[in-house]
Amino acid sequence: MRSHALHRLAMTLPTLLVISALIFALLELAPGDPMAQLPDSIPESVRADMRAALGLDQSATVRYALWLRQMLVVEPSVALDGLLGTDLAAGGPRILSWQTRAPVMSLIAQRLPQTLVVVGLAYLIGTAAAVALGVWFAARQGTALDRAGTGMAALGYGLPPYFTAAVLIYIFAIWLGWVPTVYDTTHRVTGWDSAAVQIRQMILPVAVLSLQTTAQITRYTRAAVLDALGQEYIRTARAKGLPERRVLLGHALRNSWVATLTVIALGAPQIFAGAIITEQIFGVNGIGQLLIQSLHAGDLPVVQTVTMLIAVLIVLANLTADLLIARIDPRSTHA
Amino acid sequence: MLARLIAAAMSLCLPATTFATNAPTARATDGMLRLYYWQAPTTLNPYLSGGIKDIEAASLILEPLARLDPEGAMIPWLAREIPTLENGGVAADMRSITWRLKEGLTWSDGSPVTSGDVKFTLTYCMTAGSGCAQQAKFRDVMAVDTADALTAVLHFATPKPYPYGPFVGPQTPLIQAAQFSECLGPSAASCTAANFAPIGTGPFRAVEFRPGDTARFDVNPAYRTPDAPAFGSVLLKGGGSAETAGRAVLETGEFDYAWNLQLSPTVLDAMAAKGKGQVVTGFSTLVERLALNLREPAPRGSSTSGPAPIPHPAMADIEVRRALSMSLDRAAMTQIGYGRAGRVTCNIVPGPPAYASRANDGCAAQDIEGAQEVLTNAGWTDDNGDGVRARAGRELRFIFQTSTNAVRQDFQMLAKEWWRQIGIKTELRNIDASVFFSTDPGNPDTLQRFDAHIQMYASASDGTDPEAYLSGWACGNIPTVRNGWQGRNVGGWCDPAYDALLEELSATAAPEDRAALARTLNDMLVQNYVVVPLVDRGRVSAHANTLEGVRMNAWDSELWNIADWRRAQS
Repeated sequence: MRSHALHRLAMTLPTLLVISALIFALLELAPGDPMAQLPDSIPESVRADMRAALGLDQSATVRYALWLRQMLVVEPSVALDGLLGTDLAAGGPRILSWQTRAPVMSLIAQRLPQTLVVVGLAYLIGTAAAVALGVWFAARQGTALDRAGTGMAALGYGLPPYFTAAVLIYIFAIWLGWVPTVYDTTHRVTGWDSAAVQIRQMILPVAVLSLQTTAQITRYTRAAVLDALGQEYIRTARAKGLPERRVLLGHALRNSWVATLTVIALGAPQIFAGAIITEQIFGVNGIGQLLIQSLHAGDLPVVQTVTMLIAVLIVLANLTADLLIARIDPRSTHA
Repeated sequence: MLARLIAAAMSLCLPATTFATNAPTARATDGMLRLYYWQAPTTLNPYLSGGIKDIEAASLILEPLARLDPEGAMIPWLAREIPTLENGGVAADMRSITWRLKEGLTWSDGSPVTSGDVKFTLTYCMTAGSGCAQQAKFRDVMAVDTADALTAVLHFATPKPYPYGPFVGPQTPLIQAAQFSECLGPSAASCTAANFAPIGTGPFRAVEFRPGDTARFDVNPAYRTPDAPAFGSVLLKGGGSAETAGRAVLETGEFDYAWNLQLSPTVLDAMAAKGKGQVVTGFSTLVERLALNLREPAPRGSSTSGPAPIPHPAMADIEVRRALSMSLDRAAMTQIGYGRAGRVTCNIVPGPPAYASRANDGCAAQDIEGAQEVLTNAGWTDDNGDGVRARAGRELRFIFQTSTNAVRQDFQMLAKEWWRQIGIKTELRNIDASVFFSTDPGNPDTLQRFDAHIQMYASASDGTDPEAYLSGWACGNIPTVRNGWQGRNVGGWCDPAYDALLEELSATAAPEDRAALARTLNDMLVQNYVVVPLVDRGRVSAHANTLEGVRMNAWDSELWNIADWRRAQS
């Protein structure tokens, strides 16, 4: 068990190094100019000077090496300095965003809470609903309810969030006027009234996002539970005279956890990645919005760093899923 | 013509209405003003960004010595008056300009504004390594003398007949020397705190700035006008799209002002029909135009280092270019593509009014038959009956390129059809904007390389003085392989008489003479069909019905008079 975990952990480091090189190379090769959005009255010579001030006059290899050093040495030292009050960073060059000239990590820190609250809540609601619905549909397999349910799930999965968001905004914000269309990111929860305001403005983005999650995971759960229900031990359990509820939750669900948990764990990094389209539509200032704004502006340090962080989280989520499954189902480590 | 009349009528009405509604208000009595900038500002230091969104957001705090009003006229802002030759503010040799600050001005922290701040602002931008976006405005300033605490004399390296580049307009406001003294050169980027909350002289000061998302401002307690601004605080929200912004002001009323609503005319009209707000437009010099390539484009794949380009046998004939222009229905194009955000223009310099020529007004009327006649008289006839005119074996077949953009593709289709009617065959091509407008000299699909016969794009003069803009058509500004495809004279037109007039303009100081010269230069470009102006594109924004005092300004920041904005008395 322990050697399995260590082996997996050792594999992550080279993986991440390869990913970082790929991210850097891809963005380097992609067209785009951080000066493209400037008015055309700013002459080319000034633009060249501005590029030089961003460090773009250096070669790609130098910039890659600097970026690696900033991510591995400077930024962790800055974080430690903040925590312990030491001076490890000693004014080392931090990763600076090109469009704001502010440290990328502070931009991420500023936006992470919103993403965690909105996307995290949506993921929590979505998975909880999905597991419940999946088990329910599986138990009623073949009935009208199951067919309607799976149909709805397929529809929910198929509808893109930019469509559902537009429809929901039209109905609930413009037509009925119950909720705001624009997310107020400066709102502070100080009491019951402001909490109610916060909940009202969160309803729509959370609904759009959890619809996606629910639709996706319901299908997996239902399939996994159905798979388990066909096994011999279910027949044994029923033959023993266990109530259907215990058969379903104690035996079928427990044994289908491996597949369901893998899907849930692998999807979890999206909580940190934010929801690019939904955040953009509702004006939630999360990581997804930061990513899309930076892409538009050709702000490569932000795009690279955010993408790299998401890659780290996905690798970690994979690792966690592996270890969790090993714990639930010891057979997988011996295979 | 009608558009012109309406515009004239509107400009007559504007000052009158402002007078009527200019009720006295008290400071900070109208609560919070909510602005929606869907392109969110990413810094409040305009010197480090150059982006319009950032310049506008910073204009709540930072102010220049002089501004431009909605008609494009210069008005003193932090300066006592506009220095001119007559009042002695501009030296007779045109090598220096003397700005005198208003008395008693203070920064929002209470310290006095001095000529030292003027000098420092210039030093800040010109120190090497800062990456300052406005260097071009300060480049010719050799030195700044601070004769006394309120007088700054800017010395130019060469005579400057139009010395109003530095410190005029929202791009070059004053920043406080005390705050930015440690932020010179390469360390400009590390001054995040100062860049996100500059100390200014404007009606508001920054309270909180979240780049790419929101900015909050409150009243500057040291603002020079005691009963302004009427609003106590400002929330500037960013993110989303032009559609989100329009909806939040015009449909749901959640916000008071939405900036830059680049939406299709039908979408915008439907939103405005809800009756919660009004759409406002302002015009400056952004003109959507066709450029005609007078040179034969090099065949694809050929070596680009060949001999000097040869004139194109058809495009070099002015009658062909005239026919191309005559057959366009500019009014229909404007209506379809821009609605109230555009107006027909026959000039490449459409404003300010003194600079706009009236010699080309007839272009707005479409004349297909006239165009056919022009071509026939010039010897371009369709002898083989294939619908394409030819002369001496050369057929009128053109490639028409532009960037990928719904409105531009509509325009291409319209033009193709009209040109088909006069016997010209057009092949359409659209290129992704990030490539078309890039300055990559290795890419043949850019605006500068112009590997086609006709191309469409928009461009504008920076500020009200068109000298720099018009010099873009000088012989020396033709992009070629030898100069790395730099220059704005993409059609390759060259007329020594034009260059001589430009020379004269660069030595003329009197505003009326400059305007007359600019009109002549404009007429030369338009009447030789070097460029075919189509639409004068305005800025479109919207404000709630409950917001008063908005005077849309396309020459300066749209928020230029925010100190006068107030809540309507209901």
